[in-house]
Amino acid sequence: MFYREAGDFSTSYPEDSQTFPIKFDRIRYYIVLAIAFLVVPFIINDYWANAILLPFLIYAIASIGLNILTGYCGQVSLGTGGFMAVGAYACYKFMTAFPDLSMFINVILAGVVTAFVGMLFGLPSLRIKGFYLAVATLAAQFFLVWLFNRVPWFYNYSASGQINAPEREVFGIIVTGPNTAAWASYLFCLIFVTFAAIIARNLTRGSTGRKWMAIRDMDIAAEIIGVNPLKAKLTAFGVSSFFIGISGALFFAVYLGAVEVGEAFGITKSFLILFMVIIGGLGSVFGSFAGAAFMVLLPVALKVIGVDVLGWPTDIVAHFQLVIVGALIIMFLIVEPHGLAQLWRLAKEKLRLWPFPH
Amino acid sequence: MEDGYTTADGRKIGAVVMEMKNITLRFGGVVAIKDISFDIREGEIRAIIGPNGAGKSSMLNVISGFYVPQEGEVWFHGAPRPQLRPYQVAQQGIARTFQNIALFEGMSVLDNVMTGRLTQMKSGLFAQAFWKGKAEAEETANREVAERIIDFLEIQSIRKTPVGRLPYGLKKRVELARALAAEPKLLLLDEPMAGMNVEEKEDMSRFILDVNDEFGTTIALIEHDMGVVMDLSDRVVVMDYGKKIGDGTPEEVRSNQDVIDAYLGVSHD
Ligand SMILES: Nc1ncnc2c1ncn2[C@@H]1O[C@H](COP(=O)(O)OP(=O)(O)O)[C@@H](O)[C@H]1O
Ligand SMILES: [Mg+2]
Repeated sequence: MFYREAGDFSTSYPEDSQTFPIKFDRIRYYIVLAIAFLVVPFIINDYWANAILLPFLIYAIASIGLNILTGYCGQVSLGTGGFMAVGAYACYKFMTAFPDLSMFINVILAGVVTAFVGMLFGLPSLRIKGFYLAVATLAAQFFLVWLFNRVPWFYNYSASGQINAPEREVFGIIVTGPNTAAWASYLFCLIFVTFAAIIARNLTRGSTGRKWMAIRDMDIAAEIIGVNPLKAKLTAFGVSSFFIGISGALFFAVYLGAVEVGEAFGITKSFLILFMVIIGGLGSVFGSFAGAAFMVLLPVALKVIGVDVLGWPTDIVAHFQLVIVGALIIMFLIVEPHGLAQLWRLAKEKLRLWPFPH
Repeated sequence: MEDGYTTADGRKIGAVVMEMKNITLRFGGVVAIKDISFDIREGEIRAIIGPNGAGKSSMLNVISGFYVPQEGEVWFHGAPRPQLRPYQVAQQGIARTFQNIALFEGMSVLDNVMTGRLTQMKSGLFAQAFWKGKAEAEETANREVAERIIDFLEIQSIRKTPVGRLPYGLKKRVELARALAAEPKLLLLDEPMAGMNVEEKEDMSRFILDVNDEFGTTIALIEHDMGVVMDLSDRVVVMDYGKKIGDGTPEEVRSNQDVIDAYLGVSHD
C-alpha cells in the first residue's frame, strides 16, 4: 500500500530511463535532499559533524568512486587509500601554492590530479586481471604512501612531515582550518557528495556505464560489440580516482585538518572503503551510501551499546566490531554480492506487491 | 556470378563483401585452418558446416579479429583488411554471436541490447555526466532502435529481466538481439541453434530468414543441423580437419562425394 508503481507508467523512453522511474522514489529523493540541505545545517553540532556526518559524506564519495571501478567495471583495487592520499596532497599543494583560490577549485583540481594518477596506475589493467590486478594496486598503495613520506616537496619541507590545512574560504565562508563552523564543513562536503552521486548515476545509466558493465561481465563479448577495453578501463580508473581524490582532499582539508599519510591513508583505509562497497552493494550508487553509513555507524552504535549501556571494556567492543565486519563481508560475498542495496531492492519488490503477492 | 546472382526464391545477391584468401591458422602444432579461401556476397546467407573440431569457429574468430592467421588475407569491400582488434572489426559493421552464449549476465535484457548500440553512441563523458544535450537525445534515439529489435525478436516481456535468470533458448535470442542492435552489414552466427528444441529451432530459423529479408543483412552462420542448413542457406562451405572440402549451393554440396564421406555419411547424431 505504501509503495506503488501501479498507475505509474512510463510513457516515453526518457521517462523510463530516469534515475527514479517510480514516482514514490522520486518524491522520497527530493525529501531527503531537502532535509539534508535545508534542515540538517541548522541543527548540526560538532559531535554529529565529526563523529558521523562528515566521515559518512566523505567516505560515501570514496565508495562511489571505488564502486565505479570495482562494482561497475569489475576491476579490483586495493589502492583506494593511496589515491585518497594523492587527492589530499594535491589539495594541500594547491592550497599553499595559490592561497586565493576558492576551496571548491582546490578540491576539484585535486580530483583531476588524482584522476590522472589513477589512469596511470590503471594502465596495467589491460594486461592483468583479478588477483594480479589487486596485487598491482596494492603495490600502488604502498608506493604512494612511501612517496608522500619520503619526498619533502609534497609536505612543503615541514619539520613534522605532516600536512596541515590552512584556513580557506568559499564565497567568504570558512570551510577549512580550526575556525570552521560545523554546518559549513557539512554543507561543503554535502555539495560534493550530491554532485558525485548525480554524476555517477548519470554515467552508469548511459553508454559509459554499459561499457563498464560489459567489461565487468565478459570482456571478450564487450570487445566484440565494439568496446575498446583499454579506453573503457582507463575511463573507469579516471572517473573513479577523480571521486576518490576529492574524497581524500576533503578528508584531509575539511575533516582531519592535519594528516600523517601512513596513518590517514594507509592500507586499512583501502580495506575500509572496499568493505563499504561490498557491504553496501557492488554496482549500486545507493549501495555506496548504505555501505558508508553502515561502516561509520557501526563503531558508534557498538560503543553506545557495548561500552555505555552494557559497560564492557573498550577493547573487547573494538574486537567485536572486527568480528561483525568480517562475518558480514563473508556473508555478503557468498550470499548477496549486491549487498545492502539488493536487500533494499528486494524489500521494495515485496512491498510493491503487498498485501497481495499474486 | 561476378556481380552476384539470383537465388532460387528470387532474392538478388550482390557483389562480394568479404573474401578469405588462403587462410592458414595454427595453434602450436595444431593446424586449425589449412589454406582456406571462400567469399561472402552481399545479402546472402552463407553457411559453414563441418564436423566438430573442423575449424569453423576458428574461421569466425579470424573474421572478427580474435585470431590472427599465420598466412592469408581477409579482404573486406574489395581491399585487404589490416589486422584489426575485435572492437575495430565491430566498428566496421560486423556483429556476431558466440557458440557458448556470451551475454552480460549482470545486466537486463534491455541493457544487453543497448550495448549492441555502443558503436553508434558518440557523446562525450561530460555530456553524459550531466545527462544533457547530446547524451540524452542519443540515449533516446538508440533506445528506439533497441526497442524495435526487441519487438522484432518478440522479447518485449522480458525487457527488464536480468539476463542471468533467462532459460537457454531465450538467452540465444537475446544474444541475437544484441548483435542486431548494431545494425550490422555482416552478421556472424556461431551455431545459433545449438542445444535448442525443435520449436526453438524453427523460431530461430524464421528470425534469421526475416533478418536477412527485412534488413538485407548478410549472414554467415555455422550450423550442425543439416536440415536447417539446407533450408536456410544460399551457399555452403564445408570444412573438415581444417580443410575446405566443398563449396556451393546446398544441392551441390549434398551431392559432393567428399562431403558425403567426411560429414554426411558419418554424423547422424
Ligand atoms: N584458442 C585455441 N587454442 C588452441 N587450439 C585451438 C584454439 N581454438 C581452437 N583450437 C583448435 O582448433 C581446432 C578447431 O576448433 P574449432 O574452430 O573450435 O572447431 P569447430 O568450431 O569447427 O568445432 C580444434 O582442434 C581446436 O582444438
Ligand atoms: Mg565451434
